[in-house]
Amino acid sequence: MNLPLTIKETKAGLLNKKFSAVELVDEYLKNIEANKDLNAFLTVSHEEAYKKAKEIDNNLQDTPLLGVTVAHKDLYLTKGIRTTAASKVLESYIPQYSATVVDRIEKAGGITLGKTNCDAWAHGGSGENSDFGPTKNPWNKTHVPGGSSSGSAVAVAAGLSLVATGTDTGGSIRQPANFCGVVGLKPTYGAVSRYGVIAMASSLDTMGSFGRTVEDVETVFNVIKGSDGYDSTVVDSAFRIPHSKLKIGIPKEYFTDGLDKEVEKSIMEASKVFEKAGVELVPVSLPNTKHAVSVYYIIQPAEVSSNLERYDGIRFGNSREDFGAEAKRRIMLGTYVLSVGYYDAYYLKAQKVRSKLIQDFDLAFEKVDAILAPVAPTAAFELGEKNSDPLKMYLEDIFTVSANLAGIPGLAIPSGFNKQGLPLGFQLLGPRFGENILFELGKIYEKSK
Amino acid sequence: MKYTPIIGLEVHIELNTKTKMFCSCPADHFGKLPNTQTCPVCLGLPGALPFANKEAIDKTIKFGLALGCEISRNSRFYRKNYFYPDLPKGFQTSQLDSPLCVGGELQAKKINHIHLEEDAGKLVHQNGASLVDFNRSSVPLMELVTEPDFHDVESILVFLKEIQLIARYLNISNADMEKGSMRLEANVSLATSEQSTVNSLPDYKVELKNINSFRFLEKAINAEIKRQEEILSNGEKVEQETRGYDEVKQTTYSQRSKADAHDYRYFPEPDLPPISLSELTINNLQFTIPELPQQKRERFEQEYKLPKDYIDILVLDLDRANYFEEAAKLNNNYKLLADLMINKKLDLEFPQAAGFVRKLVELTKVEYANNDEVESVVNLVIMDNEKAVSDYKNGNGNVVGFLIGMVQKRLQGKGNVEVVRSKLLEKIQNG
Amino acid sequence: MAKLTRQDVLHIAKLAKLSLTDDEVEKFTAQLSSILKYVDELNSVDTSEVDPTSQTTGLVNVFRDDEIKTDQILSQAEALSGTDETYNGYFRVPTILEGRTDK
Repeated sequence: MNLPLTIKETKAGLLNKKFSAVELVDEYLKNIEANKDLNAFLTVSHEEAYKKAKEIDNNLQDTPLLGVTVAHKDLYLTKGIRTTAASKVLESYIPQYSATVVDRIEKAGGITLGKTNCDAWAHGGSGENSDFGPTKNPWNKTHVPGGSSSGSAVAVAAGLSLVATGTDTGGSIRQPANFCGVVGLKPTYGAVSRYGVIAMASSLDTMGSFGRTVEDVETVFNVIKGSDGYDSTVVDSAFRIPHSKLKIGIPKEYFTDGLDKEVEKSIMEASKVFEKAGVELVPVSLPNTKHAVSVYYIIQPAEVSSNLERYDGIRFGNSREDFGAEAKRRIMLGTYVLSVGYYDAYYLKAQKVRSKLIQDFDLAFEKVDAILAPVAPTAAFELGEKNSDPLKMYLEDIFTVSANLAGIPGLAIPSGFNKQGLPLGFQLLGPRFGENILFELGKIYEKSK
Repeated sequence: MKYTPIIGLEVHIELNTKTKMFCSCPADHFGKLPNTQTCPVCLGLPGALPFANKEAIDKTIKFGLALGCEISRNSRFYRKNYFYPDLPKGFQTSQLDSPLCVGGELQAKKINHIHLEEDAGKLVHQNGASLVDFNRSSVPLMELVTEPDFHDVESILVFLKEIQLIARYLNISNADMEKGSMRLEANVSLATSEQSTVNSLPDYKVELKNINSFRFLEKAINAEIKRQEEILSNGEKVEQETRGYDEVKQTTYSQRSKADAHDYRYFPEPDLPPISLSELTINNLQFTIPELPQQKRERFEQEYKLPKDYIDILVLDLDRANYFEEAAKLNNNYKLLADLMINKKLDLEFPQAAGFVRKLVELTKVEYANNDEVESVVNLVIMDNEKAVSDYKNGNGNVVGFLIGMVQKRLQGKGNVEVVRSKLLEKIQNG
Repeated sequence: MAKLTRQDVLHIAKLAKLSLTDDEVEKFTAQLSSILKYVDELNSVDTSEVDPTSQTTGLVNVFRDDEIKTDQILSQAEALSGTDETYNGYFRVPTILEGRTDK
């Protein structure tokens, strides 16, 4: 069978009995099996998927995600299904509860196919930090798929699942979406509950998804957003409504020497598409962008070091001996910046510069509805190319971490391919709770391209 | 003594909220089967997040208000990071800067602050293994820290018992030492006479920990003062460290020296939005503060003129104090009421104060004069009051009351009024 | 900031309860030093006019009512399901010789 390409097609096919949910699951599981070499999945939940598919076939109801296959990043707790964070520490951990996002997707008719590979504990931007081997880029298997939500991006790109969940702490949804040529949404911090998702850095973590279209990502977002009584940072905010005449800001600080020419060119082309569609382009300035990586690599490891303290091997999981090199490095760095005598110089200073980054965005969003920017300095790089020098790898996060530090939403959208045949794309950043503006612009782009 | 003890206290009190500090599990953990009252949050499972209990915050503020603390308008939780098997998250959610309550005073001893945190699980040592129960994990726990204003054990005990009583009056905790809902620590050092005269503090302090009764606290502090005295007398320095108390040997022993002091790496808890308290909120809580033990003592003295030791005993138990006041509304023999409660424990026999008062009246009822006595007194009164008797005979019934009064006067009130009346009328009519 | 020493790394590892091999100590000493050196650039930023940000939501006073909810409560078996090291309903840990010295 030809797999449906969108949530709408999936629902229509099922409701019109063109295919059954069981047939869908058959097909996706076949694809997963055939693409094992991508190493996108850590656990495939055949049994649960068929169980859910049968339930759907026996009782067809028009729910928002009816029969939509979902792959969850292995940071999302799934009751009864192994959840590892791609770390040896949780190699055989079976959760006793599910994440709010997982529950909401299931209730909306989603079918969980399994758990996807990622950088262990979401530490990384290439997928190479997984304790269970790197995930491969489906467009070129010698290249990284990006990370940390590597397997989820690959699953959607390679047709192994219709949608997939990810977490974005410093770019971990937008960057792999960009490297794999799919749409990825990093929501506003506080829009989606983090309950039941293994925490990386608590003030930065956001729960979002991958899809083939902006509309699919929007549909999933509408299912998973909103308070659940378990995450006290979730705001049931009124989301912003897009104006009829939209303005996009082009931040000059994002177009620097380090930016690959082909990437830059593709973004300029995207800006032309918007302009043609009647969107006004306005130059904006985000002067503290150059400090974002420093701020991020203080605050994030500090919170990481604390969040990983519960992994002591007593109540679940293996001992701390089993942490991989990157987790250890971040724990060490975070412990150091919080320790006596260094807190003020590093942690407190970073929190203050964080405020300045937020001010930059506040000022920019007084002038524009969204900001158009690159996601990464280059297209997907080669496996092994950058993982010998952690600092070099960290600097790759320059275009993504600001959104996390400011708590604003970001939508990564594919725009084409480079000469090597690797995907290119861009991101749209919006004001807090400006998701609908990003969806609107994303759809304008998809239509006008 | 050459040295003046300088002692500060840290008092932990578990709050009696229905649920835990950061999750909706039952907080009442005492005597429950191990690990039957946990959820992902208090068990520190991956992905779990805290959600703060409003009641625990309110109760802590009430405690602070009762002790004259300043309530922080802007407060928040911090993570206090350290590893211990009973600490499931590897950090304790606690407070650091701007704790809920700052300053305050009780019995002329200054309070540094009161903060709110979560309790750890419980470690049990059995058959050579250490066992952990997380039922207590994340139960709300207040920590009150005093200034080093104490110089003797007696005032410490008086202070602590008052703290305990205030917690009970506020109904925020039973503050039961035996059940571990109140736990004590003391920082002890000795000042030389030179230091004392210039009011400077010693450059070290020894922390006494794991003390689970007032009696042991007294013994531990005394033993520690003695130990430090000996060291200082020998011209040596006392090491800054943490010590426990060995109940068998009756000495303190070293637990940890300054060299491996903790570095808790506190930072603001990102999972919990900060607390902002308006004047209105604080005032509303202030209104809920009941009469406190010391106020009650003073009022009992003024209103009931009871002896001080009686007042102390009654006030020690709010239920008993209330019972006394119920009884006092019905009978104004206050001293006797208190006496029967304290020495005869009669209040235990009567659940209702009214029953107790009836019993009191019964017990104090005076024996009536017998008929012969009444008759002879009636005869005397009739003889002495011819005018009144003839008035009666002439139809003035009102004088009966006067005559009864005269009889009662002579009988010193021991006459049964009905008996006296009938005897009087009988004698007048027959006479 | 001063350069990170081997001693610093060992001290941090102890705080973080990580046991590192000699190789790791050496590697982390160099790597953490270079990262710290990089982030030292923040010293050039004037932050005299800003307050620190620890949360981006602007929320305050998000509280829960004091009502018991049973839907998340785990049975004893569920609570203990993550480990084999249990005894009579308890988690079993290596004997703690030292008394609790914090809190």
